[in-house]
Amino acid sequence: MSDRHGTIRFCVNGENRAVQVPPMRRLLDVLREDLHLTGTKEGCGEGECGSCSVRMNGELVNSCLVPVLQTEGADIQTVEGLAISGALHPLQHAFLDCGGAQCGICTPGMLMAATQLLSINPRPNMAEIREGLAGNLCRCTGFKRIFDSVIAAAAVSQDHSTEQAAHAR
Amino acid sequence: MRGNPEAHAMVAPGTLRAVLELLADVPGEWTPIAGGTELMVAHAAGRPCAAKLVSLWGIPELRFIHSIAGYISIGAGATFRDLRAHVGIAKHLPLVAKAASWIGSIANQSRATVGGNLVNGSPAADSSPAFLVYDAEIELVSVRGSRRIPYSDFHTGYKRNAMAPDELLYAVHIPLRFARHRQYLRKVGTRRAMAISKVALAATAILDEGSVSEIRLAAASLAAFPARLYQTEAALLGRSIDARTIEAAREAMLAEAKPIDDIRSTAEYRRRVGVNLLEEFLLQLRLEAG
Repeated sequence: MSDRHGTIRFCVNGENRAVQVPPMRRLLDVLREDLHLTGTKEGCGEGECGSCSVRMNGELVNSCLVPVLQTEGADIQTVEGLAISGALHPLQHAFLDCGGAQCGICTPGMLMAATQLLSINPRPNMAEIREGLAGNLCRCTGFKRIFDSVIAAAAVSQDHSTEQAAHAR
Repeated sequence: MRGNPEAHAMVAPGTLRAVLELLADVPGEWTPIAGGTELMVAHAAGRPCAAKLVSLWGIPELRFIHSIAGYISIGAGATFRDLRAHVGIAKHLPLVAKAASWIGSIANQSRATVGGNLVNGSPAADSSPAFLVYDAEIELVSVRGSRRIPYSDFHTGYKRNAMAPDELLYAVHIPLRFARHRQYLRKVGTRRAMAISKVALAATAILDEGSVSEIRLAAASLAAFPARLYQTEAALLGRSIDARTIEAAREAMLAEAKPIDDIRSTAEYRRRVGVNLLEEFLLQLRLEAG
């Protein structure tokens, strides 16, 4: 951090944060290195693999392609924001139950892309799941178990959202 | 070698007026950046990327889709997610909706903007062939005022365009007069998701009593920039779609297309697949005309 840079303010997982970093610094690096939220992973660093997916103002973004200046005032959700007081999100449970995570590098991005998908489309069919996760690469699972995890989570996600909203109040 | 964020100045003036004043101040000094899906990739790869960037993200005046006076107008800051979510675009400009659906991933579509896609000027730009066959017009703005030009005059060379250094792409205006046209758009890439085109072809046409009375063809990756295929169109205009016409059109397109070999494909592959796409469209056109 340095005084040479202006302050950028945004909200991460419901908490107001302020950083003084170069405006061109990647949101990914701010999350991992400045805010120590290392759940978000770097894969390709060029928007092809989705490992660094986070949600910004309700949209899915690759945090490696977002200059932090553009997050001023934004509401950001990372994988750390999925669990409530240590209780895993239904998607996280489903990934555990269905074997949707193996080495784990793609998993936070998969979870955020799946969260985004279910927020728009609570009961996606297989084609919609494939499209929703098309920007997230996995080199372990062959994807089937990830898709199965999303289907399993879709059944219970809505209950959790209600709970999350209640928690936020 | 990754780019160094310390090496860049970046400002976010927040209004269109303030951006235009900055661009006018020392023309060429500041490079606009919208969703960063092109410039941040260049930066990450350590490729030369503008030292001074002015952010267009979050400027409401640039992010709109209006339907007025026989046109759909798309603000340069509209994202491809915005295009996909718009009912009027799905209904009146299905080729634009289709192109928007296959640009990168959901995460790319929520950041990539129409203005960025066109100003970046990649020969493979996904939205360009659709805009070309719909006779889109481009509105450019600066502190000096605004002007409209046909999109077909916008690209002037590889990654070169008709904009002055103090100008900003403000909007794309598309006339709503293609309801009667048969429409076609197909992209060929290495896989269904995320792939950059090897080649893409768009078409709008009308058959009157069996002969082609109107036709527009446009391709991505068959030239240094996305472009209409005027000579191929000429080989089809006024003709009925029979084996001889199709052969003549294929020949015209083979002569007109100027693809290159690059990391994604070869010139030969692009030429061959390009004419096969044309034939596919012509056969569909003939079939639909019954």
